Amino acid sequence: MRDGDGLVGRTAVELAELIRTGDVSAVEVTAAHLARIEALDGEVRSFLCVAGDSASAAAAEIDAARARGDELGPLAGVPVAVKDMFCTKDLPTTAGSRILEGWRPPYDSTVVARLRAAGAVVIGKTNLDEFAMGSSNENSGFFPAANPWDTTRVPGGSSGGSAAAVAARFAPLAIGTDTGGSIRQPASLCGVVGMRPTYGRVSRYGIVAYASSLDQAGPFGTTVADTALLLEAMWGYDPMDSTSIPSAPEPALARLEDGIAGLRVGVVQELTEVEGIQPEVRAAVDSARNLFEKAGAEVDIVSVPSVEYGLSAYYIIAPAEASSNLARYDGVRYGLRAEAPPGREFDVAAMNAATRERGFGAEVKRRIMLGTYALSAGYYDAYYGQAQRVRTLIIRDFARAYERFDVLLAPTSPTTAFELGAKTSDPLAMYLSDVCTIPTNLTGACAISVPAGLDGAGLPIGVQVLAPALGEAVLLRAARALEAGFAFTARPKLGEEAA
Amino acid sequence: MSNPLTRADVEHVAKLARLALSEEEVDQLTAQLGAILEHAADVAALDTSGVPPTSHPIALSNVLRPDEVRPSLERDAVLAMAPAEEDGRFRVPRILGEEA
Repeated sequence: MRDGDGLVGRTAVELAELIRTGDVSAVEVTAAHLARIEALDGEVRSFLCVAGDSASAAAAEIDAARARGDELGPLAGVPVAVKDMFCTKDLPTTAGSRILEGWRPPYDSTVVARLRAAGAVVIGKTNLDEFAMGSSNENSGFFPAANPWDTTRVPGGSSGGSAAAVAARFAPLAIGTDTGGSIRQPASLCGVVGMRPTYGRVSRYGIVAYASSLDQAGPFGTTVADTALLLEAMWGYDPMDSTSIPSAPEPALARLEDGIAGLRVGVVQELTEVEGIQPEVRAAVDSARNLFEKAGAEVDIVSVPSVEYGLSAYYIIAPAEASSNLARYDGVRYGLRAEAPPGREFDVAAMNAATRERGFGAEVKRRIMLGTYALSAGYYDAYYGQAQRVRTLIIRDFARAYERFDVLLAPTSPTTAFELGAKTSDPLAMYLSDVCTIPTNLTGACAISVPAGLDGAGLPIGVQVLAPALGEAVLLRAARALEAGFAFTARPKLGEEAA
Repeated sequence: MSNPLTRADVEHVAKLARLALSEEEVDQLTAQLGAILEHAADVAALDTSGVPPTSHPIALSNVLRPDEVRPSLERDAVLAMAPAEEDGRFRVPRILGEEA
């Protein structure tokens, strides 16, 4: 018996077409994916909330609309998994934290509203590191997620649940957020495509804020085409987000197969030489280089020396901004409110402090403390001010690189998926996972991770392509060329009987 | 190498951040934050004289809208998720120093 009668494992582009022509119903597609989630997510734990009833109802509405002859949106009937950082009206939104356990937003984030308007079926809210702080999904306030390729290993983070859900074929599409690499790194570890758009390209309205000058929402898919399809449903100006770019984006999906003859590709030297890089990861970048050359691109090495300081600048800037953004979780208007112990009465300050102590996990507390310190009187300029100036140096270095090159090539993650628990005792070791992805967040540009192959242990390796701000079209075209060359078709053997 | 942070610093910051940390957490954080700040010190060493800070990577300025009244969230929907509510307002424990 075929899984879901061949509906599970199809791309979004395929499913949208089958639904549009009436060959399959949206209800069947949603039911097949819900059944797979029910059967197998116990091992992966990619979902915090499975929206069974509302997903089935949304799918039924798509079928009714088609029967009426209404025009269907580009994602009509396609299941999408949504990272639990996006406000979804009437579905719980926790940001992976106990401090928001049970909270239901009174509104949809702009991105979710747009996906619904495009006909997508929100199939559930995915697991994540608490408040998007982490690189392994082990900081989830509820339970860690696992990598579908090897469930003793991490899926990456912070959008671990979204990456795992797509890899496990629980949904063909997912959305996540990327503040320091939190879409690209889990995409790499889970063998799927994950992209971070230019800052301001996708609305942040209704997304739980972590670091407001670094956060950006983006798409996951099993193919570059699916990823581009989802991106085009998400992006565009939003008056509700004052950092939203007013100009319309250049179409990307339509130009995907245009080829890359003459494209100038720079391999970022410092990122191919990072401490602890796995040899197979470096080899994958070499393969990517060869594929680019075969497809007609001109490839050379480029030095971007200040990427060395990216990690340090990020781990001042992000916690500083987070300490401000997370001040709102104080037990006053929503979420957890701590009760005073028997015989004691709280004043409001004590209530705030007890609520936050109980509701936040260790990593969140660590970053709030770091950020508060970096912004406090006497230290602001030495830490935050200096990090902002270093940020300018990094932006200038990349601008120089883009005078000679159209796109850049680098690893996504220095290693493939590590074991659950391997890095949890040393926060600094965990932070090193982000060294290749962080520079893009600091510069506000766009980047994508594309699966290249598997390592000797059968774990996925991703390579990263970077483009200048507003460069989504050339970025996706380059990614498509790599995807065609790598021809990565492997899937995790989740739930399959041994042959 | 001495820790840039003392235990007293951590307690002070915890108060600013409204976090009622346990004694054990204060000890752990003193060590962990110290290690992270030392790592970040390589940033402090860079020569950034004359370099302007970047607060927003894609700079937009004076993003304004017309001063027109528009619908906002429904008050009842907002209060529905409140931990404590009274007369259409969020109810909180007493603020220190107020007369009973």
